[in-house]
Formats: sequence, C-alpha cells, structure tokens
Amino acid sequence: MKNPVYTFEKLKFASFEFTCCEGCQLQLANREASLEAFFSLLDVRTFREISSEKHDDYDIAFVEGSISRSDEIERLLAIRRQAKTLVAFGTCACFGGVNSLKNRFPIKESIAEVYDGLPVETLPVRKISDIVKVDLSIPGCPVAKEEIERIVVNLVTGSLPAMPKYPVCVECKERLNTCLFDLGEICLGPVTRAGCSAVCTSGKTPCLGCRGPAEDSNFPAFMELVKERGLSRRDLQEKLGFYNAFEAYTVHET
Amino acid sequence: MIYRVISKPEFRSFIDALVQANSSFGPRRVDTAANGDPVYQFMPVGSADDIEFDYTTTASSAKHFFLPFSEELSRFCFHERDWEQKISYEAQPVVLIGLRACDISALNILDDVLLKGNYPSPYYLAKRKNTFVIGMDHLPLPGCFCKSLAHHTVSTGFNLFCSDIGEKYYLSINSSKAFNYLKDFQTEEPSYEDNCLLTERRKLISRSFQTEVDVTSLPSILDIEFDSPVWEKWGTKCLNCGTCAMVCPSCYCYSVEERFDIDLKGASRNRKLYSCNLVDFAVVAGGHNFRPKNGDRLKYRYYHQHRGFAENGNQQICVGCNRCGRACLAGINPRDVINDLRMEKDSCMICVSQSPGRT
Ligand code: SF4
Ligand code: SF4
Ligand code: SF4
Ligand code: SF4
Ligand code: SF4
Repeated sequence: MKNPVYTFEKLKFASFEFTCCEGCQLQLANREASLEAFFSLLDVRTFREISSEKHDDYDIAFVEGSISRSDEIERLLAIRRQAKTLVAFGTCACFGGVNSLKNRFPIKESIAEVYDGLPVETLPVRKISDIVKVDLSIPGCPVAKEEIERIVVNLVTGSLPAMPKYPVCVECKERLNTCLFDLGEICLGPVTRAGCSAVCTSGKTPCLGCRGPAEDSNFPAFMELVKERGLSRRDLQEKLGFYNAFEAYTVHET
Repeated sequence: MIYRVISKPEFRSFIDALVQANSSFGPRRVDTAANGDPVYQFMPVGSADDIEFDYTTTASSAKHFFLPFSEELSRFCFHERDWEQKISYEAQPVVLIGLRACDISALNILDDVLLKGNYPSPYYLAKRKNTFVIGMDHLPLPGCFCKSLAHHTVSTGFNLFCSDIGEKYYLSINSSKAFNYLKDFQTEEPSYEDNCLLTERRKLISRSFQTEVDVTSLPSILDIEFDSPVWEKWGTKCLNCGTCAMVCPSCYCYSVEERFDIDLKGASRNRKLYSCNLVDFAVVAGGHNFRPKNGDRLKYRYYHQHRGFAENGNQQICVGCNRCGRACLAGINPRDVINDLRMEKDSCMICVSQSPGRT
C-alpha cells in the first residue's frame, strides 16, 4: 500500500468476539463514506462479521467482549500466543461492561433467571486484561468509529495511538450543553475519559462512564460534588457500576 | 462614534431585517436549570422573535465564533513524491447579537493577544473582520464582577452597542457598516432627555454590582504567593475538567495535532482549544509532565487570567464575567480564590511588620 510519498504495510488484522453484543465490531463496518479507505489499511485475516475466510497468520488482534466461560479462556490464550499486538476493543473487553452486572448476583440465581434452569456453564465476568496481557485498550460502548480510524492510521503509520486523557466535560462544553448537574442529575462526565463527543449528554442523558476513568481524575472531589448537591448516593453507585469501569474507585466506597 | 436613539419596535424591525439577510447568532433560552434559572446560549437565530433581548448572560461565551473549539489550520496533499500545503483563512460573514460589555472587552483582549503580537493569527483576523458585533447592556447578575476590572463598559471592539433606556435603545454606532444598515430605519438624534436616561442607566448598572473583587496589585500578589497553600487548597477541589476555560471569553490556549487522512493521501493540522487545567496540558515529549498536580494547573490558569503573560503585556485577561465560577462544578470561582490569596498576603504583611519590632 502506497501513497505518493510514503509506503506503508497493511496491518495483518483479525477480530474476535467473546461475551458481548458484537456492537463494537459492527462499528468497524460502519461509516460507509470512509469504509473503503479504512479496509484498505487492513489485511483482514479473520473477521466473521465481514468475511467467511479464516486465517491464523494475523499480527494484530482486536478482542471484543468479556470472558465468562472456560472455553473462552482457551481461545483468548491462543489469540495472545499469535498476536503481536492484542487490543482490548470496547467497554466489555476493557472493563467487563454491562455483562459484569451479573457478578452482583450468585451465579446460580443468574442462570435460573436467564436460562430458566437449563444447565449452562458460566463464570463470573472478567475483563480481557484479567486473563492476558493487553497492549492497547480502546474503550466505548460502542467504540467511536472516528477514533478507531485515527488509531488504525496511527498503527499503520507507526505513530503513537492517542486518546484524550481529559474528561467528557470538555467535549460536552464544546457542544454548549447545559450541564446535567444543573438539571439536577448525576453525570459521570467529570471523571470519564473523553473521545465520544459527549454523545450521551448532548442527548440530555447522563454519562455512565462507558469509556472508563479519565487520567488522574479527581475522584474524591467528584464524590464531594455529588454530596454537596444532595444527590442520591445510590444513583451514583448505580451509575459507577453500570459498565464496571470504575471498579478501582468503587471498592472502598459503599 | 455616532449616537442615535431608536424605538424598541423599530429596533426589532432592524434586527429582524439584519438576521433574515445574514447568518446570525443571538441569545436563546436553551434550558431551565433545576433551581428555576433560565439557561441561555448564543444560538442560530432566523428572526427577531428567536432572540431573548432581555436575557441575563449566556452560559458559554461568544469566543468560539472567533476561536472555534476545533479548527483545521491547514491541509497537506501528497502527490508525485512531493507534498503541498493548503491554507485557507476564509470566514463567512456572521452577525452576533447581544454581546455584553465584558464579552466585547474579552474580544478586545483577544485582539491584543492574537493580532498585535509578532505572529498575528490570520485565522482569528478573518473571523473577527467578518463578524458584525452588536452589543447590549444589562444589569449584572449577583456573581458578575466585571466592574472590578473596569469592563462593565466598553467603547471599542463592536459595530453597534445598544443601551436600554426604557422605551428606546440608545445606540453607539462604531462602524460605517452599522451606520449604513441603520439608514433604512427610523432613528433620531439623542435628545437631552435621552442623554439623561443614558446616564441614569449607566449609574444603575454601576450600582447594581453585588460582587466586588479587589484586583489592585494582584499581579504582584500572585508573584509573591507562587508557593501559597491556597493553590493546593483549591487544587484539591478541582476536577481537571476544563469547563472553566471552555466557557471563558478570554482563555485562548490550544493544542495542535497533525494527522493523516484515512486514505493516507492527505493530512491535516488541527487546533483544539485546551485548558491549562487539563491533566496533560504541560506534558512534553517523553511523557514528562511539568504540572502534575491539580493545584499547579489551577494556579497557572489564575496566573494567565490575573497576572497576564508577556505576549499581552502582562495585562490581566479576565474580564470578570464569572462564567467560570458559575459553571465550575467544584465551586471554584475567581472571587473566592483571589480573596483567599489576599488574605494570605495580608496575614503575611502583618507578620512581616510585627516581627522585626520597633525598639
Ligand atoms: S462494549 Fe457495548 S457495544 Fe461493545 S460489545 Fe460490549 S456491549 Fe456491545
Ligand atoms: S453534563 Fe456531564 S459531561 Fe457535561 S459538563 Fe455536566 S458533568 Fe460534564
Ligand atoms: S457520554 Fe459517557 S457513557 Fe456516553 S458514550 Fe461518552 S463516555 Fe460513554
Ligand atoms: S476550576 Fe472548576 S471548571 Fe475549572 S477545571 Fe477545575 S473543576 Fe473544572
Ligand atoms: S476567568 Fe472567569 S470571570 Fe474571568 S473572564 Fe474568564 S470566565 Fe470570566
């Protein structure tokens, strides 16, 4: 692959899904306007959402979903052995995601509720980095295709893939949204990594933190804010727990 | 400057004609806060009916019409083993209605920084030149402190400024464009009574300020208090969210990023407004962060706002609109931070004057 000035190698790319809705992989096939250019950067070896071909000679693996069965662990370890770069792709992969809600209930209860008592083998949900080493994490439920395009271009051209380190509020303010705290709601924007163009808050829905903690976010100050405004602690805990992305911050809080 | 008065209905017709013929933005009510307060923003308007002439202040400033939150500065096209850079400064004409005196002062400050230095910004200039600015006076909100910085009145930097004198607007016409537009509408020479009403109006505005911030010798206090515990006190509260800088009319810091297009046939250089409160504002190559602590970052925002940097002659660039104070979720606001610093300084002076004794 060439542009008139530089020559680049396509990425030998594979994409895999574990416990998830496959919404993040679907994003890879989204955005028609740039789809052709996007896939011309990739030598797709395995990606069942777009091709029935399957080859095991990939260098970079996008791993979507969380791990909730023992056979998934085996598959994941095999991917790790092959991939030079393993990317945790989407919120489920990075943090466990919505699936982690299951971990709040005894396994038996969940099986009884969901599968009506059918015998199903299932484990507590874990994120990808609980099982294998992850080289790059791209959060989002679903991921933002524009960000993926930028990161893939970075990977192809050998520059550092970068994501915003600052919180969602920056993008929210760019869109001139009224702050949801001023409308009496709890929003996780101040502690959540930006990069989604504040899509939820622009629709007047509080951020639930699908992109995980912003870098160096000031969690104590955030807790103080919720307290000061007299907002519900329970609502806060619900929101923090939604994607399991704030595990590190919620354990010591009850 | 030329002065005229115009009846309110005639003013409405004037604005209506202006906005129907131009891409225009004015204050619109976008929400009602939980406490019942209306929330306004500068939004596109298509007729005079869309505009809230009696609004209070907008939550975000009008800065982004001149310094967009993100802007492509140049394009690079690769061809035949070479590349070409394309730069365009074009700006569409825009009418901005309802800016407050402090908002216009902030534009004048941005002019100083972005146009009068060694490297004037053609991007900013194009937008500034192509924007027709109509100012309107108002009674301050409880937190407004522009009077402390002498920005509650403004005499340059706008095309037209309207003072509300009851039945009429008292117009200060500051450009031939504005003068020509107004020719088609009925205006009059201000009468003696109109002039009295204007003076009354100005007095009323001036006495309506409830917040005063003592900014005398603030630059030197800031220098002295560089290591003050005040920074840590407020820094601990700061969420590093950048909101203050985003809504501020005079914060202009930015980051620049270059990136390839997805087809690798071109690339772009992009500017994004940034904030010194953001965690990686002072990160350099190799990952070293010159300002790793919240307090340090917050301090630099206050330094820039209230002490000034060399590029604008060490002038304060804060105009006292208190947008940052209203928007900050952590309750950080210039009045309290500056008062704290002053108290630090005062207690320090007492100590200095007492300890040597006079014997
Ligand atoms: S992160 Fe969200 S969109 Fe992506 S796979 Fe998980 S549930 Fe689906
Ligand atoms: S709505 Fe949420 S993201 Fe937006 S400014 Fe408020 S806290 Fe930040
Ligand atoms: S606003 Fe929050 S929850 Fe919504 S997409 Fe962005 S990070 Fe995720
Ligand atoms: S001072 Fe307030 S608005 Fe500014 S970054 Fe800190 S918390 Fe955000
Ligand atoms: S620092 Fe705050 S008060 Fe001063 S001009 Fe900016 S937003 Fe207004």
